[in-house]
Amino acid sequence: MRSLNAEEGRLAAPRRDPAPSRVAYRMHRLWLTPLFRSLLRVGLPAFLLAMAAGLWLSDPARRASLTERVADVSKSVQERPEFMVTMMAVDGASEPLANAIRSVVAVEFPVSSFALDLEALRATIEAIDAVQRAELRVRAGGVLQVDVTERDPALVWRTTQGLFLLDETGHTIAGLTAREARPDLPLVAGIGADAAAPEALALLAAAEPVAGRVRGLVRVGERRWDLMLDRGQRVLLPEVEPVAALERVIALDQAEDIFERDLTVVDMRSAKRPTLRLGPDALARLRGEEPRVTRAAAN
Amino acid sequence: MTDLYQSQRAMRNMRRAAMQRGVIAILDVGTSKIACLVLRFDGPEQFREDGLGSMAGQSSFRVIGAATTRSRGVRFGEIDAMQETERAIRTAVQAAQKMANVRVDHVIACLAGAHPRSYGLAGEIEVQGSEVSEQDVARVLAACDVPDYGPGREVLHAQPVNFALDHRTGLADPRGQIGHRLACDMHLLTADTSALQNLLHCIKRCDLELAGLASSAYVSGVASLVEDEQELGAACIDMGGGATGLSIFIKKHMIYADSVRMGGDHVTGDIAKGLQVPMATAERIKTFYGGVVATGMDDREMIEIGGDSGDWERDRRKVSRTELIGIMRPRVEEILEDVRARLDAAGFEHLPSQQIVLTGGASQIPGLDALAARILGQNVRLGRPLRVQGLPQAATGAAFASAVGLCLFAAHPQDEWWDFEIPAERYPARSLKRAVKWFRDNW
Repeated sequence: MRSLNAEEGRLAAPRRDPAPSRVAYRMHRLWLTPLFRSLLRVGLPAFLLAMAAGLWLSDPARRASLTERVADVSKSVQERPEFMVTMMAVDGASEPLANAIRSVVAVEFPVSSFALDLEALRATIEAIDAVQRAELRVRAGGVLQVDVTERDPALVWRTTQGLFLLDETGHTIAGLTAREARPDLPLVAGIGADAAAPEALALLAAAEPVAGRVRGLVRVGERRWDLMLDRGQRVLLPEVEPVAALERVIALDQAEDIFERDLTVVDMRSAKRPTLRLGPDALARLRGEEPRVTRAAAN
Repeated sequence: MTDLYQSQRAMRNMRRAAMQRGVIAILDVGTSKIACLVLRFDGPEQFREDGLGSMAGQSSFRVIGAATTRSRGVRFGEIDAMQETERAIRTAVQAAQKMANVRVDHVIACLAGAHPRSYGLAGEIEVQGSEVSEQDVARVLAACDVPDYGPGREVLHAQPVNFALDHRTGLADPRGQIGHRLACDMHLLTADTSALQNLLHCIKRCDLELAGLASSAYVSGVASLVEDEQELGAACIDMGGGATGLSIFIKKHMIYADSVRMGGDHVTGDIAKGLQVPMATAERIKTFYGGVVATGMDDREMIEIGGDSGDWERDRRKVSRTELIGIMRPRVEEILEDVRARLDAAGFEHLPSQQIVLTGGASQIPGLDALAARILGQNVRLGRPLRVQGLPQAATGAAFASAVGLCLFAAHPQDEWWDFEIPAERYPARSLKRAVKWFRDNW
């Protein structure tokens, strides 16, 4: 026999309606809509995440502490002994240049390799005139290795400011106190001589047969060269193809020994009309006797 | 007539839109159950790789969701309580959507009741030019004299079933043929407007768009009659819960449809009344022990009817199966005799082949085919609907004939009147002006 109460309870409870309510039905349909679904599954979490992060970061104190924490962590990682650079080794440079490099690279060792800007250091080192090329790398064992290629001096340049050493491209390497310090290098002079250094070297090479008499080259008007010989003789070379003109003069000299004669200037500026200027004695003799030298020059 | 054109054309456009989206729902609103299938259209031969042809052209779709629910608020195949029906439709649609995991917006529905009435229409015109053009077909369809089917009725189907050109008749497609006089026969099926309106309203309340409407008798005929039967002449009798639909097919066209407002629920009601048991128990007894032909064995088979009268100790009644059959048989006979009367009225005996196919949930009573053979004629068989892809095993029974038929109807609807273009002279005057006005109103 069932209890009366239970029976009443059973009768009172209505049968569950399997039908979804209108709202539930609509929600289900909405949920089956692809756009809505993707929005809810991707868009909403992303939005909530961004929102939470934004709210948390909106407090400046929290922001500061966060940046501090990040900085601390990165610093603790960067300052591990594995990443520390303790010394600098300079290879391929002479002693004064190495000292100059050390003084230019103002880095307090030990320093973390993360803090080293090798590119900037390289630019700084290459800014030194005597350095043609520098290669920097952090070697194992915490050594900052600097491999330097020095510039080779090829010329001595005399200016109003003093003497300078030039390499074969005309780049200034260093100042020079006296000409006697580097007697092995040829001398050039004049404004803009450094810019035309390769040409000067070519001319000097061409003047090899009269090397013993060459005193130097003078840049005239920043456009052409004068070859200076001892005894005050001077060869005026043209702007274009000066080497050919010089070779022509040298050939003349080898044939006729013109440099041995009493003349002051060989003017080759116009290839059609080479001109000689005689010395005062020769001029006087020319006026009294036969004109030997002019005929030779006409050849 | 223009209204009819417009509403039906709107439904056709909706169906086309649903086809493009690839998903459409089928809703069979019956008296005993509401079935919802979700179809996916993937183009033809999507699921076949063995090179065989499609099965009756129905391999272009696949059932991806199916759900049934006990129907509430439907009587005689018509909606009786709107709210209850709406909830039942919601249940079925939601469950089917859940199974399919897609949202469906378009639905094709059928209903069994609504007093379907058939009319045969005939029209005749002179062909313009020498060849029959599309325009001529439209004109001859428009020339059919529409009978006065009375107020409160709506045209559900209007299918051209036959074309005749001069002295040749039985043409399926007269276009391009040469002749002078084109005549056509059309089958018009009307139904009660109020019942259709109620169904429309229920579907609209479920946020669904109606993409087609069909008579249940027609679609179950499409599903259960094999092609030969449709060609040679057959009747499909869809014995549902509250209404029994019958449709007659010949030459692959439905030429008659009607419904008897009696079905399996009435048998259940008789059992409930006769045995003094609740309807649910009566339904259970009918399903498990029901039959229409009694044998000596049945006298000894006692059924515990377990009347839930609250007197559990003393109410332990038992009936023999013969008694149950004695209750069921007269009602089934009544239904079948009513069907016989409708078939006679339709002139079914004049058809060359008189195959009768019984389908629907109530056709599963054991022994029904023997009984039906005695009442309806010798050529009776029990029919099950065609097999469609993806249909769950539980939904392949005879009770789902109209749902499966709706699937086929959705995939390959028969050309109806409104599928042909409106004849040029029937266009309403100043239609351009109306179009401009519509634009101005809506944009």
